[in-house]
Formats: sequence, structure tokens, C-alpha cells
Amino acid sequence: MAFATTTPQNLTTFTTSSHKPKLPFSPSHSLTFPTHANQTLTSRAISTAISTSTRIHSLFTPRATSSPSSSTTAAETTFHGLCYVVGDNIDTDQIIPAEYLTLVPSKPDEYEKLGTYALIGLPSSYATRFIEPGESKTKYTVVIAGANFGCGSSREHAPVALGASGAAAVVAESYARIFFRNSVATGEVYPLESEGRLCEECRTGDVVTIEMKESKLINHTTGKEYALKSIGDAGPVIEAGGIFAYARKTGMIPSH
Amino acid sequence: MASSSSFLAPSSTSILHSKKDVGLSALTSTSSISSQRCQKTGFRRICCSVAAPQQSQRQPSTTGSVKTAMTMTEKILARASEKPYLTPGDNVWVNVDILMTHDVCGPGSIGIFKREFGEDAKVWDREKLVIIPDHYIFTSDERANRNVDILRDFCQEQNIKYFYDIKDLSNFKANPDYKGVCHVALAQEGHCRPGEVLLGTDSHTCTAGAFGQFATGIGNTDAGFVLGTGKLLLKVPPTLRFVMDGEMPSYLLAKDLILQIIGEITMAGATYKAMEFVGTTVESLNMEERMTLCNMVVEAGGKNGVVPADSTTYKYLEDKTSVPYQPVYSDQQARFLSEYRFDVSKLEPLVAKPHSPDNRALARECKDVKIDRVYIGSCTGGKTEDFMAAAKVFLASGKKVKVPTFLVPATQKVWMDLYSIPVPGAGGKTCSQIFEEAGCDTPASPSCGACLGGPKDTYARLNEPQASFHAFVCVSTTNRNFPGRMGHKEGQIYLASPYTAAASALTGYVTDPREFLQ
Repeated sequence: MAFATTTPQNLTTFTTSSHKPKLPFSPSHSLTFPTHANQTLTSRAISTAISTSTRIHSLFTPRATSSPSSSTTAAETTFHGLCYVVGDNIDTDQIIPAEYLTLVPSKPDEYEKLGTYALIGLPSSYATRFIEPGESKTKYTVVIAGANFGCGSSREHAPVALGASGAAAVVAESYARIFFRNSVATGEVYPLESEGRLCEECRTGDVVTIEMKESKLINHTTGKEYALKSIGDAGPVIEAGGIFAYARKTGMIPSH
Repeated sequence: MASSSSFLAPSSTSILHSKKDVGLSALTSTSSISSQRCQKTGFRRICCSVAAPQQSQRQPSTTGSVKTAMTMTEKILARASEKPYLTPGDNVWVNVDILMTHDVCGPGSIGIFKREFGEDAKVWDREKLVIIPDHYIFTSDERANRNVDILRDFCQEQNIKYFYDIKDLSNFKANPDYKGVCHVALAQEGHCRPGEVLLGTDSHTCTAGAFGQFATGIGNTDAGFVLGTGKLLLKVPPTLRFVMDGEMPSYLLAKDLILQIIGEITMAGATYKAMEFVGTTVESLNMEERMTLCNMVVEAGGKNGVVPADSTTYKYLEDKTSVPYQPVYSDQQARFLSEYRFDVSKLEPLVAKPHSPDNRALARECKDVKIDRVYIGSCTGGKTEDFMAAAKVFLASGKKVKVPTFLVPATQKVWMDLYSIPVPGAGGKTCSQIFEEAGCDTPASPSCGACLGGPKDTYARLNEPQASFHAFVCVSTTNRNFPGRMGHKEGQIYLASPYTAAASALTGYVTDPREFLQ
């Protein structure tokens, strides 16, 4: 097997910090990809014919175009719509309970079904549900959360369910690492980080706009604006539709 | 008890140090190290530990052993990425030694692999992929059964060497290849080896760190990438060091130690970090106890957990693997993010109260909590040692349980052990006999069972709705207790050690095992 990576010196790293102020060390989650088109990853497996670009597009429509109201230009993305607010430590069992994990995300019809169960595991104390009974999509564009969003299992079904439900982005105080990584790898939702606890500032049903280029969230209902941490290089990966799509778009993997 | 320090001398006495040049060549080629064998009590497959390399072309201002010192985790990733030296924060392409997947995430990973690399693509190495159906097995759920079929079709097509298949769901014993819970099976089948990189599509893949390797959970997309290339881009985590010294009290188990730690640093305390466990107490633990310790690293947000390999590790691996391995150890001058020290003689049996693994409380302070059932099983608390521990408590009591007590052995081998290994001090009785006399349920078919709820017909799933004035309360040896974890959202799960779980079953309340063991 010939998998050649040169790991060039001038890599572009996309990072986002997920640190709590009290930590002496602020780790940032980084996935690094070469920026130059001629830095291709080659392998015997990858170089076999891949003619799936249309299927990828339909499964991983970049988030910006699937939210109720959004626009995408080359350098900026905006999301506009209602927000749904949850608390701290929302784990993967609440995002997508284990009984739905028999659904295979890479199968298009089961992908859609997963979306209908997004956040169905939230306790009954959440009187307003993320997806109304009888509906198959959510009316909320943005999920606003506290700390450690997505903790628990490594199940990729979690960001997939959120993405399939129609949500475009999560804005959390911090993330669990596997959930964050899976969100970027799949391109299903933008895992944005807030400066501070937006979950205490916003209420479910508030109308919000996220300006990616300016890294800010505007709550139109309260009239307040909040700074977000820059999504950094994770942005283009999610916009492209995940790591494979991004790798193909940037010439890292040959596309056929 | 936490102290932040960036320069800490490790207290472990099991560090092998070789200051010869063998270190540098060892990191760049696995074949050269095999000539550097050091005799270690007759174990034939042990090679010299990897020492910090001597960098010959360094600038004068950066020379010094401190600059090249690495933790265990950094060393493992350095070797796997063929780099002489790494620091936390580095992003590196890592060669994967073993990729594991199961029935829940396997089909999705396979789907991505085929979509991205082509319908006719072949996996990077048919011997490095281990496929273990274990989550939703003994169920009539058609999709769950279909998912095992998907795994089988793929393994046949790819001629995968390690596929622990099951076809006859009515009788697990009729399936000679079937093992059960993936993390326990990986260990029992010799796939966990010191110094290696093991990735799995399951958060509790960190369990394998007990063998002194880098092991962590990944999602389907990352797994699809590994299937095609055998590599993954990983960020090197900084290490938190946990030093546990003292003789393990007779009423404590590794589960209590890790609950103590998670309660100390909280559910996000180890996010993006490695957790290294050292100290005389850790050295005294057997492999299954070390697995329990590393298993719940993810519950603190940890990326991976590690226990340095030693004679206990080598002995366990003796009859399980013939693949050569090279243990690595943290350097004397390695830098740790923080060090936490525990005197285990001062610790007491713990529980994690609903609904979070860091909701730590003393078991004895929860003695008024009436319970409805006890569950003993899962990768965390369903291994042979876990059942032996529970049996010890039932034996000491001699009485019957007051609540339904569900026993789910993790693997076929564990199930067989329950029926064959005599429990010490029981006059020849096996675990199964002791459990029967105590009125427990018959040990069930090995799988993940109700640890994560699963399809509605899963054995021991929490299906009952809120009962009269209190929700359904379960004391469990599993790893998570978030709302709905074992089924019903209102269910209240207390995480506990097998000792505490057995003691609680006997009284019908959350109970400190010292009531029976002293």
C-alpha cells in the first residue's frame, strides 16, 4: 500500500479553542491539511475511480444552503432563524438515544430518519421540543448550548441527526472532543464556540443571526450581540461538506 | 488534591531507561529494535523500552534532555507518526495498528469507505481490522440484525481475518466465533499491545490504554478514512498524571478509583488530554482492573488513558498474541499538565448519582436511596474479575438479593469463567452457583446489553415508566448515567463498583460494601 504523505512544513491549521479559563493550558482542536493543490495524498485505495461526487453533494449539502434563511458567498456565511436553547453537558444519548442507532447514516433514507429523532432524548423538562410531534424537520436553525456539548459516545449519529434535522449550527460554550471532530469530519453542523454563556442570554424561539465572517451572533429578539470564536480553518471543511469533500476540492484526493 | 506543575518527575518505579543510541534508531524503524533485546525475567517478546532520542543537529540553545523528554502518549504517537519528537498540540499523521468497529458504527463506516474510495476498494490491511458485533445482538429488531449481516458481507468480500460473527441468535454458544463486548474481546483475543495505536468506533476504545498503548474512539467518517488509508490525523494531547499509592483496601475496586478521579476533575476535566495512571496501587491492579480504570477516561472527556506496561501486562499477553511489541514509558523529565496524587487507603466506596458520571457521592451517604434493580455487566463492570468481586460480596452475606439483579457477562469467555472458575474461599463454588444461591437472574447472553438501552426488547432495559412516587432506580456497574441511558428517560442510574452493586442488591438500598466486606 503506497500512502505517501509529505506532511509539508507550511500546513494550514484550522483551530478552535475549547478551553475553560481556569486551565493553565488551552488545547485547541486542530485538523491540519496541506494548502497546496500539489500536495496530494495518494494511495492505492484512494486512486481507484471515485464517481460519487453527486451523491456526496446530495447527502452533504453545505449547511448554509439548507437552513431557512442563509446566504453563502466565497468568504462569508450567515445563518438566520430561530434558536433552541439547551443547558450544559448535553450528551449524545440526549442528542440521539441509543435505540435509534440501528439507523445507518450513510444510507440516505435512514439519514433522513435520524434527523427526525434529533434531541428527542432531552428530558421532559424541555417542554418545547426541538422537533414538534408529527414533524420531521426542526424549525430551529441554531442550537445554543452550555458547556461540554456532545459529551458521551463517539457516535457520529449525533452531529448527523442534528444536520439531518435541518439545524445549521450549534453555538456552545465548549464541546466534547469526539463530537467536535465528528461535526467537522462530516460537515453536518458548524460547531461554533461562544465567548461566555449564551445559553443564559438567549431563550428558545429568539430570532438570531450568525455572521460567520464577523464571528458574531445577533439576537434580534433581545437586541443584543455576542462575540463568537472564529471557526478558523474548520469552516472551509464544513462548507465543502466534510473532510473527504474538502480533500477532493483542494486536490488532496484525486476526484473522478 | 490537584497541583499544577509543568515539570514533574514521575514516581513510577517501573521506568526502564536506556541512554544508549538504541533510542534513535528504535523510533525510526521497528525492525532495528528487535535486535536490542533485553532480558526481562524470561519473557521472550520484550524489547528495550524506547528512550528519548539524541538529536544531533540541534541548535545549542535547545540542547538538553528536557527538550526531548516525552510522556508515554507522546512517544507512542511519535513512533506511529515516524517522528523523533512530538509535543502536545502537534498534528500528526499516525499509522494505525488496529482499527475496531462493531454493529452500530460498522455499517456507517463501511458506507463511507465505499462511497469515498469506491465500491471495489480494498481495506488497507485485512489483518489490522477487527470487526466485533456486540451492541444490539440478541434482539428481534430487524435493522439491528441487518447491521450484523452488513458486517458479514463486508468481511467476506474483503477477506477480513478477525470477524467475530454470530448467526444463531437463539443460542450464543452455537456461534464459535462470537465473542461479545468489543473492548473486552480485543483484550482477550490479544489485539491490545503496548506501544501500539488502536482506534475504534466506540468511545470506550480508551479501555485498551490499560495495555500501555494509545487507544481512542473515533466516528464513522474518520474510521472510513482509516479503512482506506491506514492512517489518521491526530493531535497530540498533553498528559494529566494520576499517581495512586498505597495498598488497595479490601472494599475498593478500580471503579471507585476512576469515579473518585472523575468526581475530582469533572466531566470535561480531561477534554483533549491524556490520562496517565501510575503508582504502587496501579501496579498492584490486574489487567481487568486496569481496563476498568482506562475505560471511563472518556467520561472525564479524556482523549486516551494509559497504564505503563509491566510484568502483569506481559503475563496476560503471553498466551494471547505472537505479534512482537515494544512498550514505551514516560521519560524522567517528561512534562505533564498536572499531577494528582491519591492515598488510596483514605478513599471510600463511591457512586455516581444521576444523571452524570461526575456526580460523585460516598456510597454510605446514599444508604437511604431505595433501589429497584441492580445491573452487573458491560465493558466497565462485566468482566470476569467484576463478577468474581460481586460473588465475593454475595458469599460474605449468604443471603438473597432483595431486588432483581441482572448479570450480563461481557464475552463468551467471561460467561464460561462464571461457570467454571472456583471463587476463592467458596469451597469450590463457581460464580454462577453463588449467584444462583443469592437469587440473581441467570447470567445472560454476552453483549453490551442494557448498558446503553438499545432496542426495546433488550434484556434488562429500563422500560418501566415512573413508578408511583419515585422514578425507577438502578445501581449499575456500567459507565454512563445520563438521562435515558439505559432506556427510559426518567430512570435513575447510580454508577458503582461490582462490590457496591452486589451490596446494594442485598439490601435493596444503595449500600457501602463494607457492610459485608471487612
